[in-house]
Amino acid sequence: VTRITIDPITRIEGHLRIDCEVNNGKVTNAWSSGQMWRGIEIILKDRDPRDAWIYAQRICGVCTTVHAIVSVRAVENALNLEVPLNAQYIRNMIVAAHGIHDHIVHFYQLAALDWVDIVSALSADPAGAAKLGATLSDYRRNGVVEIKQTQEKLKAFVGTGQLGVFASGYWGHPAMKLPPEVNLLAATHYLQALEYQRIANRIVAILGSKTPHIQNLAVGGVANPINPDSQSTLTLERLFAIKAEIDKLGEFVNKAMIPDVAAVGALYAEWTKYGAGVTDYLSVPDLPLDTKGTRFELPGGFIAKGDLATLKPITSYQDAYFRDGVKESVKHAWYQYKGDDKARHPYDGQTHPHHTAFKDDGKYSWVKAPTFYDKRVQVGPLANVLGMVAAGHEPTKRHLGRVLEIAGAVAGTKIPVEALHSTIGRIAARAVRCAVLLESLQNQWQLLIDNIAKGDFDTFNRPVFPKGEVRGFGYHEAPRGVLSHWAVIENGKIKNYQAVVPSTWNAGPRDDQDALGPYEASLLDNPVADAELPLEVLRTVHSFDPCLACAIHLVDTKRRPIVQVKAFG
Amino acid sequence: MRAVVLGLGNILLRDEGVGVRVVEALAERFILPAEAEVVDGGTAGMELLGTLAGCDHLLICDAVKDDAPPGTVIELADAEVPAFFQTTRFSPHQLGLADVLATLMLTGEAPRSVTLVGVVPLDLDLGIDLSPEIAAVVGVAVERLVAELRGLGLAIRPRAPACSLSLPALLAQ
Repeated sequence: VTRITIDPITRIEGHLRIDCEVNNGKVTNAWSSGQMWRGIEIILKDRDPRDAWIYAQRICGVCTTVHAIVSVRAVENALNLEVPLNAQYIRNMIVAAHGIHDHIVHFYQLAALDWVDIVSALSADPAGAAKLGATLSDYRRNGVVEIKQTQEKLKAFVGTGQLGVFASGYWGHPAMKLPPEVNLLAATHYLQALEYQRIANRIVAILGSKTPHIQNLAVGGVANPINPDSQSTLTLERLFAIKAEIDKLGEFVNKAMIPDVAAVGALYAEWTKYGAGVTDYLSVPDLPLDTKGTRFELPGGFIAKGDLATLKPITSYQDAYFRDGVKESVKHAWYQYKGDDKARHPYDGQTHPHHTAFKDDGKYSWVKAPTFYDKRVQVGPLANVLGMVAAGHEPTKRHLGRVLEIAGAVAGTKIPVEALHSTIGRIAARAVRCAVLLESLQNQWQLLIDNIAKGDFDTFNRPVFPKGEVRGFGYHEAPRGVLSHWAVIENGKIKNYQAVVPSTWNAGPRDDQDALGPYEASLLDNPVADAELPLEVLRTVHSFDPCLACAIHLVDTKRRPIVQVKAFG
Repeated sequence: MRAVVLGLGNILLRDEGVGVRVVEALAERFILPAEAEVVDGGTAGMELLGTLAGCDHLLICDAVKDDAPPGTVIELADAEVPAFFQTTRFSPHQLGLADVLATLMLTGEAPRSVTLVGVVPLDLDLGIDLSPEIAAVVGVAVERLVAELRGLGLAIRPRAPACSLSLPALLAQ
């Protein structure tokens, strides 16, 4: 048995360590360990709940927006405060644009380099790549001129000897299997993706007044005054500028990203057999369509054992099924619960750090292990897409159908929905969700325009905090899955605050019953050709889009390599 | 010409957020011309791509790990900014500024000059205030940024201290 330690996992946000035992070229045991501890709960104690979102959005450098949104939802929930329609639509547009930005960055800038060999792209025939592109879609930027320019740019860049963004790639690894022309087409879209993710971020910036760290939220609504006649507010002119940006994004997502993901998936079809892990899935509905959060554009719920027929939907911001199901275990995490050490509901959650050595059968991670009705669940775009398909959401079924159809055409065989329970499936589902979010963004834009046209300019309801204790939770289907914040408020001040974040669900260590977390379970039976270059482990871990940004990021003036892969037998 | 002064760090971890606190102090104490933009980057990564693309000069302020004692203010330029042309990863903040800069080199939009004003932190515990020792050197780091900006030919004027315009002071004259 060979033990592999990868610390930290690169091309992610935050600090994650993965340990695997490999026997006869396959992973036989795995440990996922968050190496930074997160203590937003301690920062927020005794603060004004109206300010919580400002601090919460500093938890993470990637998901600033999502923590801000879910924080105001939690406080509104505690107060039973309704949110004006305009505010819901504006928030929904921010949520959708942020999600699109995040999914584009994940596929092209973070995950693709595990599958696409940039060095191989340099030897490709640009005309062949253009021809291939034309068979996948009618995307207007698949022309031979742009592809050739990209190749020359890459040659010049790699020729400087400074690989920069590409430095951590496993070029020439035996597990890299794409033909040079596919690599070149994907590399061309890699560069274009850098433009399009900026467009998505610009939409967040226009609506949120600023990025990073949006400024326009408030408990009870948004701080965007709407006045069609005033230049300093959200004007129709600005809204139409946003519409133009949405249309540009649509072309890239539907004509480049979806076909790329489908084609790469088809050419790595064996990866639909690896990485399933935990197949109980949890997602939550999002993009509320009313002031109370009882109707949503995107459905969500719980699915048992990968069987879509078992969907149990989560239906409102008051949903007791969701509220009562969540617990967090610290049996294998570096925390102690005072009193009873058993898994706790977030309202009763505690954050007392208790660091020990890394112990395989003891405590080994700064991430707690959440459970849903005492079971491990996988969250993220795959859980979300399966939940939406199970709920009969038409746009999701359509976009998923398109991915499976293109992949089937490339592979020359029909690809069933079951193939999604895999490493490749998580990546494919993220692209599907991206296309769904794009349609939602268009819808929400139209809903906002129509509502303003009716003469409704309301964006804010003032919160009032009662004497005594109130509790509230807010949830959000964030780019990496279910995010929830839980607030206990006493006399207008925060008494307890817990954030159960998507990467906690997926990256958490073993739980009270010693059941493996989704990262860990997904690594079992993964092939590993070369323990010194464990690309296959990275593929599966990256497919979750890990984000453990807690996040210390000191610059080291000594150029010490801190990425280490240790393999010992 | 466009210069960006970028403060980086996690303000929830005391001195880790010193870069953000320094640029806040810069904007409070000085009037900057339109060519200079102050950005609170927090711990953001790729979200900064649009902001940094095509700027001519980038001044970064961040907490730095160094053998020098806490509170030391160091300055690195261009090739010395280790994140700028790394071949290995330095920080756990994997898709952080290093990747943004590397990406800008790829897209041909990298700044002509990059300067890092770094502060060696003392206390990285949870908390939103700087430690008193590090708070005491914020002014030093601000002055370094001001000197750099002036070196670029930008006119940087101190804001008039509020008390000098007070009514009692005027009456006393």
